[in-house]
Amino acid sequence: MANQEAPRKGFADALIRLGEKHDNLVVLDADCAKSNMTNLYKNRFPERFFNIGISECDLVGTAAGMAVAGKVPFANAYANFLTGRAFDQMRISVCYSNNNVKIVGHNAGTSAAQEGATHLPLEDISLMRSLPRMTVIVPADAIEMEKAVEAAYYHDGPIYLRVGKLPVPIVTKKEEPFKIGKAIKYREGSDITIISTGIMLDESLKAVGELEKQGVSAELLHIHTIKPIDKEAIIASAAKTKHVITVEEHSIIGGLGSAVAEVLSESQPAKLRRIGTNDRFGVSGKMDELLDFFELRAHRIVSTANELLGHRVTS
Amino acid sequence: MDFSKEKSKFYNNLTKTIRRHIVKMTNHAGSGHPGGSLSATELMSVLFFEHMNVDPNNPDWQERDCFFLSKGHCTPVFYSVLAEKGFFPVEELMTFRDVDGRLHGHPCGEHIPGVDISSGSLGQGLSVANGVGLIAKLDGSNRRSYCMIGDGELQEGQVWEAAMTTAHYNLDNVCAIIDWNKIQLDDFVENVKGVKNLGDKFRAFGWHVVEIDGHDINAVNEAYKEAKRTKGKPTAILAHTVKGKGVSFMEDTHDWHGMAPNDEQLEIALKELA
Repeated sequence: MANQEAPRKGFADALIRLGEKHDNLVVLDADCAKSNMTNLYKNRFPERFFNIGISECDLVGTAAGMAVAGKVPFANAYANFLTGRAFDQMRISVCYSNNNVKIVGHNAGTSAAQEGATHLPLEDISLMRSLPRMTVIVPADAIEMEKAVEAAYYHDGPIYLRVGKLPVPIVTKKEEPFKIGKAIKYREGSDITIISTGIMLDESLKAVGELEKQGVSAELLHIHTIKPIDKEAIIASAAKTKHVITVEEHSIIGGLGSAVAEVLSESQPAKLRRIGTNDRFGVSGKMDELLDFFELRAHRIVSTANELLGHRVTS
Repeated sequence: MDFSKEKSKFYNNLTKTIRRHIVKMTNHAGSGHPGGSLSATELMSVLFFEHMNVDPNNPDWQERDCFFLSKGHCTPVFYSVLAEKGFFPVEELMTFRDVDGRLHGHPCGEHIPGVDISSGSLGQGLSVANGVGLIAKLDGSNRRSYCMIGDGELQEGQVWEAAMTTAHYNLDNVCAIIDWNKIQLDDFVENVKGVKNLGDKFRAFGWHVVEIDGHDINAVNEAYKEAKRTKGKPTAILAHTVKGKGVSFMEDTHDWHGMAPNDEQLEIALKELA
């Protein structure tokens, strides 16, 4: 089995490294410092850590004020409560005011696991993508998370960063460059394009391998920045393959699938299938069980590819 | 100590000028919020001309005191005070709410010098003020952070989340000003969802409370001084005011919460404010 690491660990490590270099980095949490691992930052830089309590709206507003005062705040909370409850604070006090606040949504996707539907954020990307000026980053694993945190710090403007809690396979490499807004092509292919985001890169890589065995040449684009999305990469690949599948650990409404559909339908019409959660709430279960439950698995990508390609595939 | 005769005269003139701006701006736009602007005129004037450590020529100066208009709809008074203080030309006030201007209905922090944050969605200002207060403490800076909140706005839960934060962190550099004009959009606050015993509420949340007549410039001035003197806890200035103050037909009614005077009404108002 591949090496595993919790994305939140990559987040915490990167945050501390940046904190050592930059006095203006401050961290806020809404009473989830242990779970979000921001307590590691707190232990290292107690004076630059603020527990605002169980009040996400106040958390985001306070972070906005800290940005007004010249700091670079990272505001942390569970993704669903943060993006759902504090949406208006992000809209007015952060984005409309153009404050340099980094919003960090934790416990993302299926990593909330047995907490059940209330804690499973499956709509956060959709919400954040709709905010003017918000950049939305969904890293694939702990390694890419570290690069994303660094890029977020140096980016001047609001950012939403989606961070998972539980260990997931390490699939990216330290030496791969990371640039906000730039897709990464993991495989060249000619029959179909698979576009993944976040931890779905792992299942997508497996699917590409399986498809190859079946004689299907799949191209794999990893989109870590859902907004602004890398239109050029999507258009170029779709122009070549004419068939596209998106894969995300999130609702197919408003997330990666929607973003890609917007690009394709405006610029490069192609046959499209969106894999994600289908307009429904989650349930309690271990993360692996939830990925099975939602069918966020390589076998579904493979079968969807076969269905989409139809006649061209031998079973 | 009361203002000198000269100072009193200055504020008498200034507040009249600002009230004239308020009715003229809303008349120009054909919309806007005169009621809660007229009630906050003394509070805003004395704050900006007596207490706020700001430089209109360098509005983003990092050591400045910050002001957050949490009741963001009261731009007529906010813009008027900023213009009179020199942040932008007074003539620009007559572009209020114009599509090609920057003086939007609710303040846009990015574009207007002297506006430290965008607001207009009620309840958000005190959290932002706390952010500045926390950082001032972290940096060892003496800068202060002020936030004006409407009494109806106190129905927003975030205000009380923030009030807990201010007190928890002993932010004596944060001062909340409650423009307690007793009226909100639909009706009297007490008829909609009452906020009475406000002093007890803030004290229970760990705040120092000063209760004043918000139209008495000496009382207003002393309240800001007391807030500065008060150490170890934040100060809430509960300012009893009259919605629509200074224009007889606008006073003490919710009708003028968000309505502009027509030309005839403007003329009457300006006569009263002469």
